[in-house]
Amino acid sequence: MNRTGRLIMFGISAVALAAVLVKGFAGLPHFGDYTGVYGTVINGIGVTERHATDLVTALNFDLRAFDTLGEEFILFASILGVVLILRELREEREHPHQEEAEEHSFAGASAAWRALALGLIPAMIVLGGYIVLHGALTPGGGFQGGVILAAGPLAVFLAGRYLRMKVVAPQPLVEAGESIGALGYALIGLGGLIFAGVFFKNFLPLGTPGHLLSAGQMPLASIAVGLEVSGAFLVGWTEFLDQAMVIKEQG
Amino acid sequence: MLQIAALTVVALGGLAVVLTGDPLRQTMVLGIYGLGLTMLFFVFQAPDVALSEIVISTVGLPVMILLTLRKVRQQQREQARGKEDDG
Amino acid sequence: MSFLPFAVAAWLFVAGLYGVVSSRNLIRTILSLTVVQSATYVLLLGVGYRHGGRAPIFADIPQVSTAVDPVVQVLVLVDIVVEATVTALLLALAVQAHKRFGSLDPNDLRTLRD
Repeated sequence: MNRTGRLIMFGISAVALAAVLVKGFAGLPHFGDYTGVYGTVINGIGVTERHATDLVTALNFDLRAFDTLGEEFILFASILGVVLILRELREEREHPHQEEAEEHSFAGASAAWRALALGLIPAMIVLGGYIVLHGALTPGGGFQGGVILAAGPLAVFLAGRYLRMKVVAPQPLVEAGESIGALGYALIGLGGLIFAGVFFKNFLPLGTPGHLLSAGQMPLASIAVGLEVSGAFLVGWTEFLDQAMVIKEQG
Repeated sequence: MLQIAALTVVALGGLAVVLTGDPLRQTMVLGIYGLGLTMLFFVFQAPDVALSEIVISTVGLPVMILLTLRKVRQQQREQARGKEDDG
Repeated sequence: MSFLPFAVAAWLFVAGLYGVVSSRNLIRTILSLTVVQSATYVLLLGVGYRHGGRAPIFADIPQVSTAVDPVVQVLVLVDIVVEATVTALLLALAVQAHKRFGSLDPNDLRTLRD
């Protein structure tokens, strides 16, 4: 079937799909007339029940922590897949000689630019850590803060010194961090099973809402997920970086 | 209102991402589309979601896509050179 | 106005699918898939919105039960990060396909028997 035939068939099915979607969405309550029960109940009692002021993170890491376990391992498995596929391509010869490493730098990278990037790294790591830790209090949490944490060493890459990113975020350390994060989150769930009888039940003292060490296991879960997400992204970026910058084919 | 404006921007941005020809340009349009989505999530009173979307669509995705494009271009050059040597 | 977010979600879904079907380059397919994913985000957040509702963060406002729904926000938030890594997996597959078959055109991809 050539391309025009395919597009015509898609056109007909798209019209049918759009009709079905519109008819289905018309049966939903009007936009703004929210009638669900679960959300209203959580909004009403969430702070007093779980001592956390950010209810989205409370749902993520405490009330629906089991779903987050599944999602987190999807992330882990995807990055595992990336590593497996891209490392198999390494039958080619690697070329990280020193003079080539000097070539692999952006032509316009002046010293001021590199100094700026270097100054940004601690700022981004601190910001990422802040967002991870304050997940239970303000908008934030493990997932967002993890990506910001990973963007710290990426500033080295963006400053033009491509291969130095592997020095700032060495591969074994990053992989270990990711695995420890994933394992840590599962261990918190097991801790709930051992100490409180239910998998992922909050077994640490809840504290007062609004303080940093409140809401029981939420800061710990946030840190575990932040470690895992930042490790996963750094591993993924390093694999793509190796493919694009370091490996040249034989002959 | 603000929500109608944000929804219009998102609808037009999605169409722009799909219709752009060159993958490199499409990456840039995707970055801007991510910013439009962030404003939409913000207007829908979802700050957590907006934070997540902005870090992913400005830092997470474009880095990987640009590195992929560079790798593909390298491979194309090597395959062309290989064909010249054979023929 | 009461139907607009759902209409935009349906529009984005169909437009993204058109991009997936009609692209001649695997990387364009993957980027159009991102548009399809964002359609689900708009739909979920549209379902959870409440007129006059505030964000479900009660750090400095008194707790009310008329904030917007936090459950759909949890779903979308985690989904955004996880789909970025799935896109990374797809991009790795595209690199591998280009190495094996020499082109990124979906029509040129043969089975692995060769």
